[in-house]
Amino acid sequence: MDFILQNFFNLDIMSQAWPMLLRGFGMTLFLVVVVIPVGCLGGLTVAIGSQSPWRWVRWSTIVYVDFFRAFPPLVLLIFLYAGLPFAGVDLPAIVTVALAFLLNTSAYYGEIFRAGIESVGRGQTEAARSTGLTAAQTMGWVVLPQAVRNVMPDLVSNTLEVAKLTSLASVVALPELLYSADMARSITFNATPIVMAAGFYLVLLWPMVRLLSRLEHRQMAGR
Amino acid sequence: MNPTITPWDRFLDSFFKLEVMRDYLPEIASGFLLTCHLALAVVATGLTLGLLLAIIRAYDFWLTSWLIAVFADVMRALPPLVFILLFYFGLPGVGLEMSGYTVTWLTLTLVLAAFSEEIFRAGILATPKGQWEAARSTGLGFGETLAFVIMPQAVRMTVPPLTNRTIAITKNTALGTVVGVGEILNQATTGQSFSGNASPLVLGAAAYLILFVPVVIFGRWVETRFAWRRQ
Repeated sequence: MDFILQNFFNLDIMSQAWPMLLRGFGMTLFLVVVVIPVGCLGGLTVAIGSQSPWRWVRWSTIVYVDFFRAFPPLVLLIFLYAGLPFAGVDLPAIVTVALAFLLNTSAYYGEIFRAGIESVGRGQTEAARSTGLTAAQTMGWVVLPQAVRNVMPDLVSNTLEVAKLTSLASVVALPELLYSADMARSITFNATPIVMAAGFYLVLLWPMVRLLSRLEHRQMAGR
Repeated sequence: MNPTITPWDRFLDSFFKLEVMRDYLPEIASGFLLTCHLALAVVATGLTLGLLLAIIRAYDFWLTSWLIAVFADVMRALPPLVFILLFYFGLPGVGLEMSGYTVTWLTLTLVLAAFSEEIFRAGILATPKGQWEAARSTGLGFGETLAFVIMPQAVRMTVPPLTNRTIAITKNTALGTVVGVGEILNQATTGQSFSGNASPLVLGAAAYLILFVPVVIFGRWVETRFAWRRQ
């Protein structure tokens, strides 16, 4: 028992690693706050494109979505990180991370928003247009509010995934929470900092997991 | 520098150099097989464990239900990479050493078990109470009712979310590269750093597309195939 405490819950190491982890947590929060809205906007663009009257726009959104959903996010990140310099493009790690996450999350959000938009009956659009609203007004004020409500569980689920995704940035040495924890681990030769990182993630994400569970049960019960 | 070399030539030489591709094709192919192997192992053990946990939870004994609920929440809230690092670097400290492959398999199995347990449970809870009552009144026991009446309906309801979740988690096999599992990503980046050329990355990308584009399209098909049940 003492052995486990020494290796995973070492108080001395906790107090040493605390400032480092706090800084890492700040970076993780920053990533979450940047990546989620940008990914949502990208996804919305993709979803609206999927409803376009032009066939080539619709098809290119399908290709985009399936292409980027086929790549594991870590693969996308590492390939951009390792591959772009060969193309003569040298970006700072944080920009590469943001770009990889935008491509990945906009594909997922896009698919969710598309399902939402298609779940709203055509009659809604026709009725709104006949009252004199433009296509954009119809989308923004009539279709999207209902679409978002219909796919709420999927949106929350994906947002949770995106928040967890930020941990991948540690692989390209961006000093977010998990990277800081792993640095602290390699300095102290002790796994306590990783347990601490788990604690931080739990504080940040557990409420979202609870919310997701409630939404999912409501959705299935409604079927 | 030779003036006849255009930027296009340089691009081809960096990303599509045939000699490099030929050299690293066997490595990428072995990574491809390892990724398939790992993904299938995770799907088999993860879904089995998830189903088992959902059935245990259906018996509604307070201690097991509480433990499973905590397990499911923790595994769903934390990034899988946290567990991979914790198991790989932390457990040897208490005398438990596992290979990178085992650690990745174990982590993804636990994560898939947690998510699928919650999905199966939602399916069980969504099956109308009358089904339970009718089955029990015909003389079936609790276990028989669960196995022959409730689960067949619950599992059908859970197919679309389960498929999507399973696909997402099998893609996480790429995380194994962090602890040295020689799957596609690992082989591609190793090849890139040995050859100083990006062609192995392109091969790796192609391997992922070959593996996962059919899987993604299959997921899309499952969703439309089962969509009518939502009504």
